[in-house]
Amino acid sequence: MGAPFAVAGGILALSFGILARGGGFSSIETIVFSAIVFAGSAQFASVSIVAAGGGAGAAIAAASLMNSRFLPMSAAVGPSFSGGAVKRAAKGQTVVDASWALSSRGDGSFDEHMLIGASAIAYASWVGGTVVGAIWGDKLGDPSAFGLDAIFPAFFFGLLLNELRSRRARGVAALGTAIALVLVPITPAGVPVLAASLASLVGLTNRARAEMLESEEAEGEPR
Amino acid sequence: MSTPAIVIAGCFAITAAIKAVGPVALGGRDLPTWFTSVVILLSPALLAALVATQAFANGDHLAIDADTAGVAAGGLAIWRTGSIIACVVLAAAVTAGVRAL
Repeated sequence: MGAPFAVAGGILALSFGILARGGGFSSIETIVFSAIVFAGSAQFASVSIVAAGGGAGAAIAAASLMNSRFLPMSAAVGPSFSGGAVKRAAKGQTVVDASWALSSRGDGSFDEHMLIGASAIAYASWVGGTVVGAIWGDKLGDPSAFGLDAIFPAFFFGLLLNELRSRRARGVAALGTAIALVLVPITPAGVPVLAASLASLVGLTNRARAEMLESEEAEGEPR
Repeated sequence: MSTPAIVIAGCFAITAAIKAVGPVALGGRDLPTWFTSVVILLSPALLAALVATQAFANGDHLAIDADTAGVAAGGLAIWRTGSIIACVVLAAAVTAGVRAL
């Protein structure tokens, strides 16, 4: 299951490598960026700003907003991590969209081995693709011609369909979509997805909590 | 320091902090019911927003273009066949096809 995304991630990383070189980053800087930040959309956003002549502050701010969704995501995973604070902080670094969604067990808990394993493969292809793009990118064609940028949203679509079993989940997905699309034209990139996470607060209603307790009892296993 | 170096260092520090806060604050505890109830709904909310923004947003405006068609085709494929491979292959093929027109 991880293979097509490793390939797609590698090719997106390749296009990142090409974009960063064109935006004034050296090969080494481009590769280090992918190796220590490992966050596609944030890297694309900040490099585009630098390439357009923007300052470091604006580029960092855009990347931070892009990555702000990792705040609720890693908080959700937090209780599923074993180990002390330093170890948990390190494990938190492995949270990226696809492996976060793959490792969700659907009951509020996460499989940390699945998360770390899926992220390790994604990391290798992300850094590997960046190296190829940063060093040999000028000899390659335009990667967007292959339509690979559609792979991630399509994959997320597939994961989303799995999540829509309950009526409440369908309502929350619709609400999240609406929040994100309304905010796209009026807020900086990154804000729409972060704000969409607020749709999950529907879970705070008494009825949502009561139904969750019921379904746990029906499974006959205390958590 | 050059602009790229500052950008890289800044992004690294902030991203690492964002990803560490939750696990450090919330690790090794029993979850209160309200927390679990919200976390379960976080997946549909965030996944739907990621799909919508990646399929429809071009910078700061909404547009229906090649990748919108590709994602729609992929969604249809997974809904009808249940195959994630068919879904992503079709999404890429349709996007590339529409772009080539």
